[in-house]
Parts: sequence; C-alpha cells; structure tokens
Amino acid sequence: MVSAVNQELFQKNLLHLQDVYKSYGSKVILDNIDLSVAKGELCTVVGPSGCGKSTLLRIIVGQERASQGIVTIDQKPVSTPDRNRGIVFQKYSLFPHLSVLENVLLGKKLTMTSAEWRAQRDVCTQEAMEFLGKVRLQEHAHKYPFELSGGMQQRVSIVQTLIMKPRIVLMDEPFGALDPSTREDLQVFLLELWEEFQMTVFFVTHDLEEAAYLGTRLIVLSQHYRDERSFEGSGTNRGAKIIGDYPLERSAASTTIKGQASFQDFIAHIRREGFDPASAKHVSEFNLKHKDSFQTLTEAELKKGSRIPTP
Amino acid sequence: MESPKPVPKFWGLHADPQGGFQRLLNILPFLILLGIYLTASHIRLSENPQDKLLPSPVQMWDALQLMAFTPDKRTGEYLMFTDTSSSLLRLGAGVGAAAVSGLLLGLFTGLFRGLNALISPFLTFIAIIPPLSILPILFIVFGVDEFAKIMLIFIGTFPVITRDIFTATRAFPQELITKGLTLGASDLQLAFRILLPQLLPRLFENIRLTLGGAWLFLIAAEAIASTSGLGYRIFLVRRYLAMDIIIPYVLWITCLGFSLDWLLKTLVARRFKWYQR
Repeated sequence: MVSAVNQELFQKNLLHLQDVYKSYGSKVILDNIDLSVAKGELCTVVGPSGCGKSTLLRIIVGQERASQGIVTIDQKPVSTPDRNRGIVFQKYSLFPHLSVLENVLLGKKLTMTSAEWRAQRDVCTQEAMEFLGKVRLQEHAHKYPFELSGGMQQRVSIVQTLIMKPRIVLMDEPFGALDPSTREDLQVFLLELWEEFQMTVFFVTHDLEEAAYLGTRLIVLSQHYRDERSFEGSGTNRGAKIIGDYPLERSAASTTIKGQASFQDFIAHIRREGFDPASAKHVSEFNLKHKDSFQTLTEAELKKGSRIPTP
Repeated sequence: MESPKPVPKFWGLHADPQGGFQRLLNILPFLILLGIYLTASHIRLSENPQDKLLPSPVQMWDALQLMAFTPDKRTGEYLMFTDTSSSLLRLGAGVGAAAVSGLLLGLFTGLFRGLNALISPFLTFIAIIPPLSILPILFIVFGVDEFAKIMLIFIGTFPVITRDIFTATRAFPQELITKGLTLGASDLQLAFRILLPQLLPRLFENIRLTLGGAWLFLIAAEAIASTSGLGYRIFLVRRYLAMDIIIPYVLWITCLGFSLDWLLKTLVARRFKWYQR
C-alpha cells in the first residue's frame, strides 16, 4: 500500500508522515495518514475522543511504532524517543524527586559529561532561571513539584522541554487538566514562547477553541468519513483520517478573538465536519486547504465495491 | 425538636476516641498484661522463692545488671553489648546486601523485559522455598560461621524486596520514561539518574517491612549455630530456665526493632519529603 514518497514535501518540511497506518490487532486506529509539517508551524490537532490523536503523537515521539508507513524528522526516520522531539504530557510532567530548577536543568545534566557540566554549571543555571523568568516562576525555583499547582507544573514542564531546543515540541493535551482561566494564561505563554524561539509545535487537544486560537495550522482527525471500501458493521470500525487541514491567520495574540463571530463560525464548522457522523464527507472531498496538505489515496479507497485492505 | 443521638464513645462505626481517652485506651492492654504478670509472679514466688518461671522485676533487674553492666568473668566483655553488636552487624549485613541487590535487580528486571524473562521465573522459585529449610544446606556449604547466618537473612529478605521494587518500576508512568528519553537520557541514565532516586524511599519502606522477617531468620540462625548474639544468648540460657535473662533480652530486642523502624520511618519522612503515597 505504499506510494512513492512525495519528494517535494519530504525534502522541504521538518516532519513528514506518509501512508501511516496503526492498528492494534484487527482494529485500525489510524488509516493512511499523510501529513507534512513545515518548520515554525504551530500545528494543532483536534478530533473526537478516542480517534487516535494521542496515538499519532506517540508514534511521532517514538513511544509507539506505526504498523505501516514512514515517519521522518529532518528526512530521517524516527525510532525511539530522543532529544530531537520534546514532549509535554497532560500529567506526570515533572520528576517528583527534583526541584523546579533541577527539573529544568535535567536535560543539560544528562547530555553533558561531568567535566562539561562542572565548567558550564553556572551558565546553565542562569539560562534556566531566565527561562523560568519567562513563565514567571523564578521565585519557585527551589520548590518541589508537589508544592506547585497544576498550571505551574505545566509551565515548568514546557520550559524543561524548551531549554533543550528540540527540533519539534509535541504536546498532548497539556492544558486539559487545568481550569479555564489558567488554561488561557498558559495559551498566551505558549504563544509568546513560540514566537520568541520560533518553535515548531504539534499540539493535540480536544478543545476546539484552543486549537483555533493557538494554531497556524489546524488539523482535524476523525473516523467520520466515507469512501468506497465496504466495512463490516456500521462503519465505526474505520481508522481515523485527516479530514480537514486549515491554515490559520496568526495575526492577533489577544484572547478577545475568541469572542468574534468569524471565530465561532469556524469552530462550529469544524465541529460539524469532524465530530458529527451525519456530515461524513467522501475521501475525495476533504477540506484539505493548507498548502502542505496532501493525500495518497489507495485504489481501494477510490474504487467502488472494493474490500477492506488488510492492515 | 428532639436532640440528635449522642455520638458513641467507644463501640461502633462512628466512635472516634480523642486525646486523653484515646491514650488511656492505647495503654490499657499493656497495663492489664503487666498487672496479670506481676500478680502471677508474686503468687508463684511467695509459694516458692526458687521459682524461675515468672521472675519478679527485681530479679530481672539484677540479671540485667549482670549481663549489661558487669564484665564477663571469662572474656571481660559486657555480654549484652557484644550480643547486641554481633546481632546488629549480621542483620545489617544481610538486610543491607538484600536491599542493594533487590533494588538493582528489581529495577533492571522492571525496565528490561529481556532480563526479566531470564531471571523472573527463577527468582520466583527461590522465593517460594522456605528460607529456614535451606539453613542446613547453608551450614553445610558455608560452615557455621558468620557468612551462613548473613546468607540466611539475605535469602529470606531479598526476593520480597526485589519483587516490590520490580512492581514499583513497572508502575512508573510511561510518560515519565518517554520524557526522560526526550531530554537526552540513555537507558542507563534513565535507570540510575531518573528512576533509582525515586525508588529509594520505597526501598526504605520495604526494609522496614522485611525487618520483622529478618529478625526471625537472625534469631533462628543464632539459636542453631553461633557463639554470640541475642538469639544465641536466649536459647543458651533456656537450658537453665533463666527467664530473668530471657525476658529482658526479649524486651530489648523489641526495643531495638522499634527503634530501627522509627529510624527508617523518620529517614523517609525527612529526607524524601516529596514521597507521598
């Protein structure tokens, strides 16, 4: 089922996925995912619960392997997790036995020899304190994670990842466990950091407003679509596909944009498209509006009356 | 309006004794036991002053003076002191070795499934053998010297510690491990610099829990083949029915056990404040 690699996008972009399938046993979770993300994008991913957003993220970070297909960073296939892909999870963000400062410095300590560390210790500590200053946590540097609130822990976790300057930062519903006002504060922080450090971010969330507010590119992953393959049962055995891919204006950083009508209309459109089984579109009609979006559809998906492809 | 039913003071689900009353309840069984003992002792001794079964507090104090504060005629040592140090050294060596090995083996088998497949069934097998039944084998193979006794304590406590550390290692959320790897940790760095420090307080709690068993193996081994130690002493003087020595020794062993337990508990609470179960 492998098509020729889309060379143009593969060479140009930082993250390239093509023909990625993921199944557990006979259940297909991700179905023929094609995605190419350029450097500097803040790419947000939304979709119904359980559609496979987190699975996709885990495949990119290397915690799991795709059943099929290619996943590359900087044109090199990914394997197990390494320092090129940073990650911020929703929980278990920090190491409980280390202070805030030690948590932030951990990456540096791990990747330097003891001689290097001895020489650069003060420089690194200063850098860490600067990072903590950007998220307004400097005076908490010597506290332990159990003494911090959830929002504070997530701020430290972001800084802990950023200081190592990974090629891409993956975030798995990082603000999901926080209350709405903290969530908004952290969204603003993330945007500021993203602009300052020119990060490339892959941000999974179930909050449509958050995805539309933060992203320069919004991807809709969903199992609600139609194609020419016949499925047993009612079609809920489908793996998820990218059914929507939208470039977004990164003009205003103010959160007041969330109240505007155009914003709310867009969100309503996404909700219908991705979350409502009744408005399932055909594979050939997906709203793939981003300049880097592409599809490599198999014959089975397009040809009428064909059978389910075996994963 | 009628007043609500009074809260029960002692019986039932909703009773919750506080303060002075709670402390009274706490020491009541001790007082009762003490009372029964003193009464029984007094009765027996007034019938037969030579009775050895239930020594009076004075007799026990005299025996204690003899063992702890009088140099032994033959060796010049203070017997209770040398017994205590012999026993504690054996206990420390056995439990210490079990703790270090258990930590390392539990951590590595928890992290690396290849190693686990190799070692786990064998370790489970060893854990099921009752340690005291191996004691004769240990004495035959290693002689009746220190090593066999320490080995028994080790065999008795090592499997339990390993099993628990293994479970704790498996319980680490995958997110923490992935995060460590994305920060640049190698496999060994992950094990030693990220996971092991988090396992230390759990290890100390395990030691606390297995100390009870360790004392058992210590006393059994000393009773059978030793020339010093707390277990050795109480089984030796058993032949003379010297309850006036045995009872203080047992109380002293209890006191030691209690102190070790308290030390470990305080260590975890002070040094590992972040460890909250």
